Amino acid sequence: MMLEVRDLSVSYGTRRILDGVSFTVEAGQWLMLIGPNGAGKTTIVNAVSQGVSYTGQVLFEGKDVRRMRSRELARCLGVLTQNHYVGYSFTVEEVIRLGRYSHRPGYFEGGKDASEARVRDAVAKTGMGPFLRQSVLTLSGGELQRAFLAQLFVQDPRLLMLDEPTNHLDLIYQKQVFALVRKWMEDTGGAVVSVVHDLSLARMYGTHAVLLERGRPVVVGTIEEAFRPEVLNSVYGMDVGEWMRGLLNQWD
Amino acid sequence: MQPDPNQTREGAPAPSRSILFTRAGGFGPGAYLLFSALTLAAVVLCICVGSVNIPLRDTLRVVSAALRGDETPGSMARSIILSVRIPRVLCVSLVGASLALCGAAMQGLLKNPLADGSTMGVSSGAALGAVIAIAFDISIPGLPVSGRTGMAILFAFGSLLLILLLAYKLDSSLSTNTIILIGIVFSMFVSAISSFIITMVGEKVRNITFWTMGTLQNSSYMNALIMAVPLLVCGGILLHKAEELNAFSVGEDNARNIGVDVRRVKLEVLICISVLIGACVSLSGSIGFVGLVTPHILRRILGPNHRRLLPACAFGGAVFLLLADLACRTLLSPRELPIGIITSFVGAIVFVFIFYSQRRRTQ
Repeated sequence: MMLEVRDLSVSYGTRRILDGVSFTVEAGQWLMLIGPNGAGKTTIVNAVSQGVSYTGQVLFEGKDVRRMRSRELARCLGVLTQNHYVGYSFTVEEVIRLGRYSHRPGYFEGGKDASEARVRDAVAKTGMGPFLRQSVLTLSGGELQRAFLAQLFVQDPRLLMLDEPTNHLDLIYQKQVFALVRKWMEDTGGAVVSVVHDLSLARMYGTHAVLLERGRPVVVGTIEEAFRPEVLNSVYGMDVGEWMRGLLNQWD
Repeated sequence: MQPDPNQTREGAPAPSRSILFTRAGGFGPGAYLLFSALTLAAVVLCICVGSVNIPLRDTLRVVSAALRGDETPGSMARSIILSVRIPRVLCVSLVGASLALCGAAMQGLLKNPLADGSTMGVSSGAALGAVIAIAFDISIPGLPVSGRTGMAILFAFGSLLLILLLAYKLDSSLSTNTIILIGIVFSMFVSAISSFIITMVGEKVRNITFWTMGTLQNSSYMNALIMAVPLLVCGGILLHKAEELNAFSVGEDNARNIGVDVRRVKLEVLICISVLIGACVSLSGSIGFVGLVTPHILRRILGPNHRRLLPACAFGGAVFLLLADLACRTLLSPRELPIGIITSFVGAIVFVFIFYSQRRRTQ
């Protein structure tokens, strides 16, 4: 078992955002966190990556992530968020190279860091070569997301956590990002957990899903189990299948 | 202030190895030699020029005789150089380097180019400690440093702990916005207390007022030593945190995601900053804008990478304050202006110029 989340609960003040969420992720799986706005999808990513306090347990290969040092956690688990507010005009290369932070040998450790090979590989995969000397502040949304995806590949974690990685991106960039992540999964044998609003993307790329409603898990299982019409319709309060078919029919 | 989105980095140095730059993006030996030469030139200029101008040849003769241990009682030039100018120039350089280093580290940590010791409230806290010490003649028995220095460092530490505690109560992740907000409120509150004390102790007002505007008039070798120790220790730690500060500058969440222990690094950096600012304020009073303008200008020339920015700020801050000190000694000679007036005057103009030129380019 790569990732195991047990009875995860998060509260902000007196308001409970997540209530007893449990799921597991194994190598080769792409778990989609789906549900309407306010269901608690992003909060799961924040809690697992230790960004917010929580009750319950998060285990990575049996080890409680709370007991892991920051660098060790970053070598296991990488996070890609939907928005990036970079403070200064770092070059794309500087941002990508930061991904190797958790792999740098300490003063009293031996061994060589394989940074150069990793950076070259990540740059080639994401097609960021022509942008390396450019300021990240001059990139478009899609290019910026690819730069941070390259940083994530350079970080070389075992599991990727993506928080709406293609939100606000054009269709072409959505396809690029998801295709790159799928390729990464196939190449490395890693696993992916992602928050996705677009149900068609979730259906197309996901192998498993956690369907949430107001902080509680409604379905935890395969993508097919989560996409049963009666379950989706009940959670979203509308005929989801009919809506999707209607959207597609407009193109005929 | 938001960074300029149109700013490109074509002029920025490549991370390839050269005599000026290392592959990791830091400075090579050539760059350090260049900076040292520039700083030395400023130091020599400030030793030679003042209310009494001393020719370079005489200055070099006096300094080399002193270095050889020649104890011969000398001329007026010798006493001016060895007893007044060199200790002052040492103090000015160390304070300038410390303030600029603190500014760069704080701006990186808080991802805010307007961050400074004053934004955090640490300077105001340190100043309050020093004002109390001056107003009530407080001295700390058994300590080699004066009561003013001890109180300033103590209050800088206290301010930091209080600000962090208040920020933590509001937001356990210690987000930068919360820290800045608490820092501004704290700074206003503490300044009000300082003003109240200054108003109450009438006969010492001139001394305190002059000091609060910044002065390095009574510098001594002991003062330089007191400043050198925290700069070596805390400045060394800050230089060592360059990569973490890069990560914070890209974004605090990104820093955590790539494996930076954000809370520990924040605490270490803030403690180093408070020690350095406490020591600076105790020696020189409140000198504004050095920590704000120096990193700002150097960031535009060298880029935001802290491997280059931090060491460049240490040298740049020293040179900036040396020149400001020279101006305050010579502009109305033989009268001397508080150094804070010069730095604020120059700094505010430069800062407004930068701010408007950035805005124009964005539009």
